[in-house]
Amino acid sequence: MEIPKSFLGYKRENGRAGTRNHVIILPVDDISNACAEAVANNIKGTIALPHSYGRLQFGADLELHFRTMIGTGKNPNVAAVIVIGIEPKWTKKIVDAIAETGKPVEGFHIERSGDIETIMKASKKAQEFSMWASEKQREECPLSDLWISVKCGESDTTSGLAANPTVGNLMDKLEPLGVHLCFGETSELTGAEKVCATRGATKEASDKFMKTWSAYNDFILKEATDDLSESQPTAGNIAGGLTTIEEKAFGNFQKIGTRKFVDVLEPAEEPKKGKGLYFMDTSSAAAECVTLQAAAGFNIHLFPTGQGNIIGNPIEPVIKLTANPLTVKTMKEHIDCDVSKLLSRQMNMSQAGDELIKSMLRVANGRLTCAEALGHREFVMTKLYRSA
Amino acid sequence: MSQPDLIIHDEKDNVGVVVIETTKKGQDCSAWIMENDKTVKVPSTNDVPLGHKIALKDLKVGDTIFKYGHDIGKVVKEIKKGEHVHVHNVKTKKW
Repeated sequence: MEIPKSFLGYKRENGRAGTRNHVIILPVDDISNACAEAVANNIKGTIALPHSYGRLQFGADLELHFRTMIGTGKNPNVAAVIVIGIEPKWTKKIVDAIAETGKPVEGFHIERSGDIETIMKASKKAQEFSMWASEKQREECPLSDLWISVKCGESDTTSGLAANPTVGNLMDKLEPLGVHLCFGETSELTGAEKVCATRGATKEASDKFMKTWSAYNDFILKEATDDLSESQPTAGNIAGGLTTIEEKAFGNFQKIGTRKFVDVLEPAEEPKKGKGLYFMDTSSAAAECVTLQAAAGFNIHLFPTGQGNIIGNPIEPVIKLTANPLTVKTMKEHIDCDVSKLLSRQMNMSQAGDELIKSMLRVANGRLTCAEALGHREFVMTKLYRSA
Repeated sequence: MSQPDLIIHDEKDNVGVVVIETTKKGQDCSAWIMENDKTVKVPSTNDVPLGHKIALKDLKVGDTIFKYGHDIGKVVKEIKKGEHVHVHNVKTKKW
């Protein structure tokens, strides 16, 4: 198949391009959710991103909170942002950082005015932003404007046999065209960590990966009360035939094809070394991982599943693929790309990779994903430890 | 290319994955090895559902299970060729 050289995206002020054109209402903290949701309810064409944290956090955990908030606002799939927090200082910090992209952003704080007045003021600005964004048109953008993140979930053995290698095939075909790529799931590489480390493009990248994996593994061993047999693999993984974390890890690892990663990113950290594949230190929980990847600036997501994970994200479209014929049959409304013919050998890996490229480009050009059509907007902050 | 009952990732593997809805007890399964494109025959001792693994040889307690050509865990209960391989007879070496 000849791979198209462009897609239709929204060009942003800072030179990036979006596959979506969202106006978001971003609460800084848990107690500002009500206000943010009221504004999104008032003004059509906006979405609120409620979450559970943002108070009394400190140290690396607070830094991650800010990085996630700011990165979400900066993502090119977002046209404009309303930030609402309880206090002015943290609200302004987020507004100022998002403003560096050049996109419209305005902050509101609730203290000394209350919810109702804040909702009124923020709604007026949100209406302005929504109507402004509605006039934006899709334009031809080079394929290299795609920043593609990947994460698998509710995996089973069909994931490692077929759906994950399909993603790997796509990576092998698209990386030479200049896209950014990102995989994560630190703990789910356990058992395959040494093989994964050999995929560092430099010794520095390999060493950084091993250091990151070891730190995560030490944390798991410290907190574990049993052999994690209830958590990794999950009950869904086991039902689907996966027996051990090592088996899951080697399946997971198929997603990067034959690529090498250029750098290891902190959670939600924006890649700075140009095009190519990056590894991000993330939880293996689907919504946490995709939220972090979206906050790092990735604008389209590929999600292979075995037993049928249903996750979506409010700003980054999540494309599901599966090779499990039972999942295709019983959970059809969640599957964007069916590669089950790989198992019956009616399709080869290169054909499956081409099918996924086609599905991805349709979504990049504007087709809703199953998760978007079904209203999945899982926005889940990663919290590193207890608040003060 | 006929539809395989099992797929084996690597020549070195000692398990194969069921890729049909279920194998039947006593079924003589055709297993396709992805790495070298060969097809071999493997008996199924039990009814084994889609996605689950079948032993390609006899395995003793302490033996290593190989899949993708790599170590994916250890045998904790003796397994005969053709039997279902899963959490009841294999455990992680990691956690």
